[in-house]
Formats: sequence, structure tokens, C-alpha cells
Amino acid sequence: MRRFFERYDLVDVIMWLIAATILIGALLGSVKTVQSGKYSAATWVDLTLSGLTQGSVYALIALGYTMVYGILRMINFAHSEVFMSGAYVALFPATWLAASGFMNENPVLGLIILFFVGALTSVTVAVLLERIAYRPLRRAPRLVPLITAIGASLFLQYMFRGLFGSTVRSYPPMPRLEGSIPGPFGVEIEYIQILVIVAAALMMLVLYLYVQRTRAGRAIRAVSEDKDVAALMGIDVDGTIVQTFVLGGAFAGTAGVLYALIYRQITFFMGFIPGIKAFTAAVLGGIGNIPGAALGGLVLGVTESVGTILFLDGYGVPAPYQLKDAIAFIVLVLILILRPSGILGERLARTKA
Amino acid sequence: MTTRSSSPWITALRSGAIAGGIALLLTLMGMVKTFDERDIVTGVMSLGTSLLVSIYLVIGYGTARSHPGSPLGVRLAASTLTGLIGELFLVGLVLLGQRVNLRPVFPNASPELYVLLQFGGTGIRAYLTMAVFGAACGALGAGLSLVPRQFRGPLITGILAVVLIGLLEDLIHITIGAFPAVVAYTDWMLASGVQNGLTSAGAAVVFIVAMLVVLFWPGIRGVSQTRIQAMPVGQRHVIAILAYGILAVALLLLPNVLGPYLTDVSNSVMIFVLMALGLNIVVGFAGLLDLGYVAFFAIGAYTMGILTTTAIGGESGQIVWGPTASFWTALPFAVLFSILAGVLLGIPVLRMRGDYLAIVTLGFGEIVRYLALSDALKPYTGGSQGIVEPAIPSLGRLTASLSSQSLYYYLLLALVAIVIFIAIRMRDSRQGRSWMAMREDEDVAQAVGIRLVSTKLLAFASGAAMAGLAGAVFASKVGSIYPHSFDLLKSINVLAIVIVGGMGSIPGVIAGALVLFGLPELLREFSEYRYFVFGAMLVAMMLFRPEGVIPEAKRKQELHELSEPGGEPAPEVLASPGGAGSV
Repeated sequence: MRRFFERYDLVDVIMWLIAATILIGALLGSVKTVQSGKYSAATWVDLTLSGLTQGSVYALIALGYTMVYGILRMINFAHSEVFMSGAYVALFPATWLAASGFMNENPVLGLIILFFVGALTSVTVAVLLERIAYRPLRRAPRLVPLITAIGASLFLQYMFRGLFGSTVRSYPPMPRLEGSIPGPFGVEIEYIQILVIVAAALMMLVLYLYVQRTRAGRAIRAVSEDKDVAALMGIDVDGTIVQTFVLGGAFAGTAGVLYALIYRQITFFMGFIPGIKAFTAAVLGGIGNIPGAALGGLVLGVTESVGTILFLDGYGVPAPYQLKDAIAFIVLVLILILRPSGILGERLARTKA
Repeated sequence: MTTRSSSPWITALRSGAIAGGIALLLTLMGMVKTFDERDIVTGVMSLGTSLLVSIYLVIGYGTARSHPGSPLGVRLAASTLTGLIGELFLVGLVLLGQRVNLRPVFPNASPELYVLLQFGGTGIRAYLTMAVFGAACGALGAGLSLVPRQFRGPLITGILAVVLIGLLEDLIHITIGAFPAVVAYTDWMLASGVQNGLTSAGAAVVFIVAMLVVLFWPGIRGVSQTRIQAMPVGQRHVIAILAYGILAVALLLLPNVLGPYLTDVSNSVMIFVLMALGLNIVVGFAGLLDLGYVAFFAIGAYTMGILTTTAIGGESGQIVWGPTASFWTALPFAVLFSILAGVLLGIPVLRMRGDYLAIVTLGFGEIVRYLALSDALKPYTGGSQGIVEPAIPSLGRLTASLSSQSLYYYLLLALVAIVIFIAIRMRDSRQGRSWMAMREDEDVAQAVGIRLVSTKLLAFASGAAMAGLAGAVFASKVGSIYPHSFDLLKSINVLAIVIVGGMGSIPGVIAGALVLFGLPELLREFSEYRYFVFGAMLVAMMLFRPEGVIPEAKRKQELHELSEPGGEPAPEVLASPGGAGSV
């Protein structure tokens, strides 16, 4: 028994050593980069701003992961495809509205239509997913719904590829969304960045109030605490679970449209990377925790945008932005080693983690 | 899907809508059109049509089955209605598509597709034909539900055999082409030309033979089993050795029969068998869902590439450093580095379970790929240009006398045999039992004295070793190493093999690799839909048969202990593909 505990501690030591090495490496890299003086303050502000924009999108997707995880204790692997489907289907009204000139005359109404179509598509996909793939497996061993989710993700990706083709499609240019206003340090803040950050902030505020203040929100919290007891209290558990999928889907669909407005390019495979990042954001903030997902998204977005250059450029790594995604994964591993409960998360019981 | 609703008509409406939705989806995805180019029975049935037939038939069958209490006529009518409603969706598509150009949204909605869906007819006649077609398929489904149970299995197997042989007709042509004596006898069964399937007479023969075999198989098996059991032990051993001997000789002679192309395909399949056997240890035995498994494959391949490539120098497409070792020197290093990577990944994820583990391993796989792709490591890994010209295994004087496909065939066959042996010994060892105990309950396993740390690390390390081995041979066989060969889809592909075959089941994994990797490789037009089908299969397997097609006994027990005892009748022996090694 004593030998066993010795071994266990050794693992702890190794993990801390790995984490410490990475953190010290990042710190040294940052010092070197700042000392080199290659980048001006404006560059850093600009990077932070694009990090915040990106992070807002991550946060919106992360809410879907975190809510479903909170309630079903499973990673909805197919959530990245829920996000993709919204962005993809909203492409068609976007093309028609732009071609007919409607988008130029009524940009606000046009955007609302796009958000609505995107959200509606994603909600449909999310609800079907829950009904067909997840509901029958609620009492199955953990590995089973996880594999189902991976299968569903693959299925949806290649369904979209088959239906709409494997080529990259692009959103039409929207002149009313181009342009910028001057910010601090001579930075130009683009309209689209303002749109994304404001829209995300508003939606998250509404969600927070909904979950904290309404009766339906209380039901969601109760079901995520204990399904059986919630059912005994007269809460419609199935209905509440569907409701979380609807909310998560609506947020993912909106995030998809926002993402498409920033990057323009749409493929069947576009959900994968943002999906993983959003999951990382959800874990970073503390999975199951709604404000945590928002915070995690923003922190991850900024880390990825600023950190990639800050940590790596000082070492003379060529083209550090290529390793942007690797940085996000390393952040994920670090959190899981150092603080698996995330920034805002409570210490989770072992059954939850 | 088959919830007992009040009336068969409501079921019919709902199933009809589901059938129509599926038919519409597959049609707009281009599957019907693409598959139509391949005939199963010349001039009678193409694969595209049979796809539609099978949708209506299966769902019509479900409709009829979901109301066993209803009178026969009602069940028949409900199934017919199901098929009819399903096909009406396609009628709607044709009606809409002929007025509005759908191609900007759905690239597959071409005029040729509409002609195909209307069976070449036009106007109201065509729509009537379509409606009758759908209704007839639904009615056939109801008819299938009326066939007595003991004949249903053979009937379905017969149909599947016709489809399979019809699909593989080209390959059968190539294979038997080397034996003129066989061609003379079988010529009338196979249609001439490319992708033309069987002749009608050939289809009938295949159908009847397959049906009879399945019908009498339990009897034959029972008799031979009782006979073998009645023998003394020594004699039984002789028979077992004889059977394995025949199998071994057949496998050794196979490249001569298959020809270069098919041998090459079997080599790819065997590389996947190696990987799948490794992942089977991690996922199947130890229950650790590893989504970044391809990373170890990549590490094996890159080790082989860097250690043996001769393209060294400062020029583009070349890496700056390499010892130009031989294949055999590099092979142990490839395995060693994969094991190191396995342990390295294993340590940080020791405390994680299920979902977290899956995501972190997925991240690990992607990090390895990003690193290989990045400019930062380009001098050592070649970046996106990869590494070319790794060494070819040298077998002394034998190398010259074998074609390159046969060389890799024998090499891989030997490796697969060794790895199967190791996997079986591991499974049956104390270590294997620890893995399974850990899979079933980590806390209990720990409580009974299993060291989770070493048990988990050993699982990761052995899985990684097998993937590294596969990667090293893959690099040498393909002759180049590019980062895009190591994307997530490869991990998913191997995972699908392990899961569909049966987690923890070694014969299942081998059969899985044959069917899930070999078949799409042979039928090139399927490869576009390969991952779509894999995704659907993973979901369907988890919903209906989580233990896999060829399940491992313990795993099956574990997965079904939660459902109510005796809830569903145990399906009798299924026709198992590729029955190699099922003792």
C-alpha cells in the first residue's frame, strides 16, 4: 500500500514538472519577445481585439457544450457540426439577400434574418441529434454515448459534404459591415468586431438571466443537479433536456453566422477546430458553468491570438501562427493537469469530472 | 422508431415520412446517381435502384412488424402506404426540380438525376411508375415479415450475397482471369464489360447457393462439432493443426492468386489490422477512448522516414539530417519512439476519464500533425513536403525474386501473425484481466489491488507500439511521408473498425478491417461516402448492438447487464464475414 502511494505521488511530480516546464518556457519566450521590441503597442492591442472577437465566438459555442455537459455529463461531440450547420445554411439567404440588394438597404433586418435562419437550422440539428442519437442511450455506459456523438459528428459532416458539395463556398461581401472606427493607440476597430463582441455579450447576458431568474431556468439547474430528484419534484426532465439542446443550438447557430461574417469561407469541415476550441474554453472556464464558458472563451481567444506570438516569437520560431491551434490544445492539457475544475468551476465530484 | 402507436395508419404515415426523408437525403447527396452506374444484375437492377428499394423495404417491414395484432390486410396496406409516401417525397423533388433550378444549393440535383428517378419516363406516367415502385417496395417489406422466421435469415443472406458478388464482379473477373479453366465454367454467370454485375442466371445461382448454405449451415456445423468433440484429444489437436496449416498455406499462396493490385489492397488492410489490434488494446481491453491514435502511427512513420531516407541535403524536398540506416535497423527505433510517445501521452492523462481523455488524446494527435506541418520543424520533418524515399525492407536474396507487393505482403503477414499472438497472450494474461477490470470499474479495480498507473501506461504503450510498427511499414510501403496522411480521420477510421468489429474482440477487429477498410478501397465510388456510412454505422452500432458484430463475451455481458434481463431475444448465430480465427 505504501509503495502504491509513492508511485501515485511520482505521477503528480511528473505532471507538475511538465506544467512548470511549459509555463516557464512561455514566460521566458514572452520576456524575449518583449525585449526584442519587434512589436508596437498598437500590434498588441490589435491582436487582443481580434482575440476578443474570436473568443466571443468560442464563448457562444462553449455555452452549448457546457450546458449539455452540465445536464447529461457527456461531451456533445457533434456540437461543432451544430455550429457548422447554422453557418452553412444561412449562406443561402445571405447570398440571395446580398444579390437582391436587400442587405444593403436594410442591414439590420438582413442580419436578423441570417441569425434567425442560422439559429433555426442549428436548433433543428441539435434537437434531432438529441432525439435520435442521445436519448435512447441515457442510461448506457459512458463510452457508448461518446462514441455515438463521434459517429453523429462524422455523419453530419459528410451529410453536408454530400448535400452541398465539398468545395469551399463563401459568404457574399457586405459593404455595410465593412469599415472601422478609430480606437486607442491608433488601432482601427472594425464594425464586424464590434458586432460580434456586442452580440455575444448581449446573448450571454440574456442566457444568464434566463437560467438564473426564470422558472424554466430553475428547471435546467435542477435537472443538471440530479435528474431523478428533479423528476420526483415534477420537472419534465426530457423537456428540460430538449430545452438545453435548443438553447445550445440557437447559440451555436448564431455563432456560426458571426463566424462566417468574419471569415467568409464555409466548408463542411469548418466546425471541427472552433468546436474543439470551444470545448477547451468550456473546460477552461469550468465545465457546466455558464459564466465560466463566457470567460473561458475570451481568455482562450486572447491567449491564442496574443500568446502565439508572445510565447514563440522570442525563440525565433518561424511562422509561429501555424502553431496557433497547437497552443490551444496545450492550454487544454495544462488546465486539466493544474486545475481540472477550471477558472470558475467548483471542485467537481469524481463522478462529474 | 417503432413505438407502439394507436393505429397502424399513423405508424404508416410516420414511417413513410422517415423513409421519404432518408430517400430524399441520399438522393440529394448523389448516392443514388453515383451508385446507379454500377449494375448488380445486368439490365435488371443497379446499385442505385436497390438502395431505394432497400429503404422502402426495410421501413415497410418495420411498419408491418410494429403492429403484430392487426389483421394481415391492414398490415399489408400500411406497409404499402409507407413505401408510397416515401416515394412521393421523390416525386415532389422531381416536380420541384423541373421548375426551379436547385443546383446552386444542391449540386447533385441535376436533370440526369430526375430522368433517373422517373425511370426514364416522362409526364404523369413517370409519376405513376414512381408511386407504384414505392408502394410495391413497401408491400414487399410486409411480405418479408410474413416469411417464417427460419427462412427469413437465409432469404436475406441470399439477397446480400447477390449484392456483394454483383459489386465485386470486376475483381472476380480479374482474379479468375488467371485460370482459363475456371473462366470457361463461370463465364455465363458474370456479365461482360465494366461494372456490369451478374447475369440474371448468375444472380439466381448465387442466391440459391447462398440460401442453401445458410439454411443447412447450423446442421452441418452441429454434426461436425459433435464429431470433433467425440474424438480423442490428440486427434482433435491434429485437426486443429491441420486447419491452421491449411489457413497458413492459403494465406501464403494468396498473392499469386490475387495479382498485384489486390495484393496491394490486402497490404493496406493488414496495416489497418495492425493499427486496429493496437487500438483494440487501448479501447477494447482497457476502455480508454483514444482519439489521437494516429499520432503513434505518424511517429512510427516519421521515425522510419528520418532514419532511413536517402534524400538528405539542403535542397527543397530534403531534410537536413538523417543517418540513412537500413529498414531493419530503423524498425525497432520506430517502435521504441512510439512507445515513448505513448508513455509521454499516458502520464498527463492518467487521472482523466472518458470524455476528457478522448478530447486530450485528440488534441495530442492534432499537435503531432501541426508540429510535422509547421515551418519550425521543417528542416527535420520536411514540413508539408514531407519525407521521400524511406528504405525498403531487404530480405537478402529473396528481395530480388519477389515483387514489391508480395514482399510487403509477406512482411505484413508475419507482423500481423506476431501481433495477433502477442495480443491474445496479453488478453489472457494477468495484465489483460487487469485491463478488463479497469475498464469495467476503475475504483473497484484499484480497490482490489490493481495499479492503475502501470496498467494504463502499459495499455497506451502496447497500443502505441503496434501503431508505430504499422506506421513504419506504411512509410516504407508508400515511399513517402506527408503530414496529411495522419489526420483525425485515420484515427476515426481505426476506431470505427474496432467498434464495429467488436471492442476487445480480436477476430472482430480483423473482420472489421477487412469490411470497413478493404471494401471501400475496392469499390472506389463508395469512398466518397465512406465516412458518411461510418458515422451512421457508429451511431447505429451504439444504439442497437454496442458490443460489435463479432462481440467479445465479457464485453457483451457488461453492456447488456443494464438492460432488463431477457428483454430482447438473443439473435441466433449471424452470418459472420471472414471467419478466420474464430475458435
